[in-house]
Amino acid sequence: MTTSNQISAKEIVLEIKDLRKSFGDNHVLNGFNMQLFQGESLVIMGKSGSGKSVMIKCLVGLMEADSGYIRVMDNDITTLDQNALDILRADIGFLFQGSALYDSMTVRENLEFPLRRHTKKFGDHVDTDALVKEALENVGLLGAIDLMPAELSGGMKRRIALARTLILRPKIILYDEPTSGLDPITAKEIILLMQDIQKKYGTSSLIITHDVDCARVISDRMILLIDGIDYAEGTFQELSSSSDPKIKAFFKH
Amino acid sequence: MTDKNNIRSQLKSFLIEVGDISYFTKRFFTEVFKRPFEMKEFLRQCYNMGNRSLLLVGITGFIIGLVLTLQTRPTLMEFGAVSWMPSMVSISIVREVGPIITALVCAGRIGSGIGAELGSMRVTEQIDAMEVSGTNPFKYLVVTRVLAITLMLPLLVLFGDAIALMGSYLVENVKGNVSFMLYFNKVFDALEFGDIIPATIKSFFFGLAIGIVGCFKGFNCSKGTEGVGKAANTAVVLSSLLLFIIDFIAVFVTDIFYDL
Repeated sequence: MTTSNQISAKEIVLEIKDLRKSFGDNHVLNGFNMQLFQGESLVIMGKSGSGKSVMIKCLVGLMEADSGYIRVMDNDITTLDQNALDILRADIGFLFQGSALYDSMTVRENLEFPLRRHTKKFGDHVDTDALVKEALENVGLLGAIDLMPAELSGGMKRRIALARTLILRPKIILYDEPTSGLDPITAKEIILLMQDIQKKYGTSSLIITHDVDCARVISDRMILLIDGIDYAEGTFQELSSSSDPKIKAFFKH
Repeated sequence: MTDKNNIRSQLKSFLIEVGDISYFTKRFFTEVFKRPFEMKEFLRQCYNMGNRSLLLVGITGFIIGLVLTLQTRPTLMEFGAVSWMPSMVSISIVREVGPIITALVCAGRIGSGIGAELGSMRVTEQIDAMEVSGTNPFKYLVVTRVLAITLMLPLLVLFGDAIALMGSYLVENVKGNVSFMLYFNKVFDALEFGDIIPATIKSFFFGLAIGIVGCFKGFNCSKGTEGVGKAANTAVVLSSLLLFIIDFIAVFVTDIFYDL
């Protein structure tokens, strides 16, 4: 596991400064800050409804922040036009909480779908079939290529969704509760898969979770999102041994 | 005081909804001419909405033709005008009954289907997943569906009209021993382009209304399974109401042209 000092010497691939977002009188984010470094696994933990998913959606332009600065690989997300944002999105993978596989398409079609818009990334001659098969081999589900999402288990769906995220070879992968709704064994398989992918492709990972076991295994560094701000930052060991009652509450079993 | 506030807040949400649907419609007309044209998805939707509605539209049309003829026949016999039956039935079916019944059937089958499908995709974050992958979900999901139903509905109306006339002929043949040639000669003698063209134009608008309302409700579905059910339900209710409003406007405009 990498320490905070080693990481800070690396290039920043994603940065958020003073991010604010409200829904009416409900102030979800009140000046959130974070930095993600190249090749790092950063876990953001927070209670349900603390604004983790809102923050991650602001990062990819699915939600508009009220104010703040979001920089992804030297691009200010808040000022990009739609076309530039779409091009940038090819470098940002997003694994949704519920997998979000397209129900009406087969696994193959689900994986081919992101390639429709981003074929230029792979040069003039794209071998779609090879890319799909490689992505499925990475998650160990090549045999499911012609199945429909309804025929897959929850764990398989999550792995296929991960394969769909990988197919564009993103530089950053955002995971929204990657282990939620899965049994402990399948959750562990997904965590190991995430680690393998990071090693193989050198991606940077931002993981939103409230699963302490997931955070312990996968995090290089953690940020606790409390009251809409980055309340505490450090490694798992640093935070889990903190005497602050708000921080301790996260690590109680 | 509370009643006044209630009415005010309901009026406010109604006006907001009208504004949102108008913006949604404007966005449809802006996106429909932009590349990329999602041809494969458009043809898939045409097949789903057109081909798969044929049976339902056919059965409904056939029953309408039968019922209309059976119920009108005694009155026409009373006045000794039973020979006018093909003309009367064909004009009423082609001008009014065929388009509105077919549109209502499609609002139930297709409008609710679109509302539920897109609503479910919204709730399960499939629409967000499309957006994140760089695909414009409005273009891929909304434009293709609205265009497909707008083009398919007039064809379904013509098909429904034909089947309804067959139903009517069946009654005339059984009760009045009228031959196929005689019945349909009288039908085509009675019908003019002035009957068919306005009905076809109005069917395009019916299709557009069903598509826009179904997609609007589904695309903007609130979270949760309850939201999906609500989207499907309100899609049918609102589009059915719009069909009658469009029908009234269409008849009003056609009447002005007849008077010219």
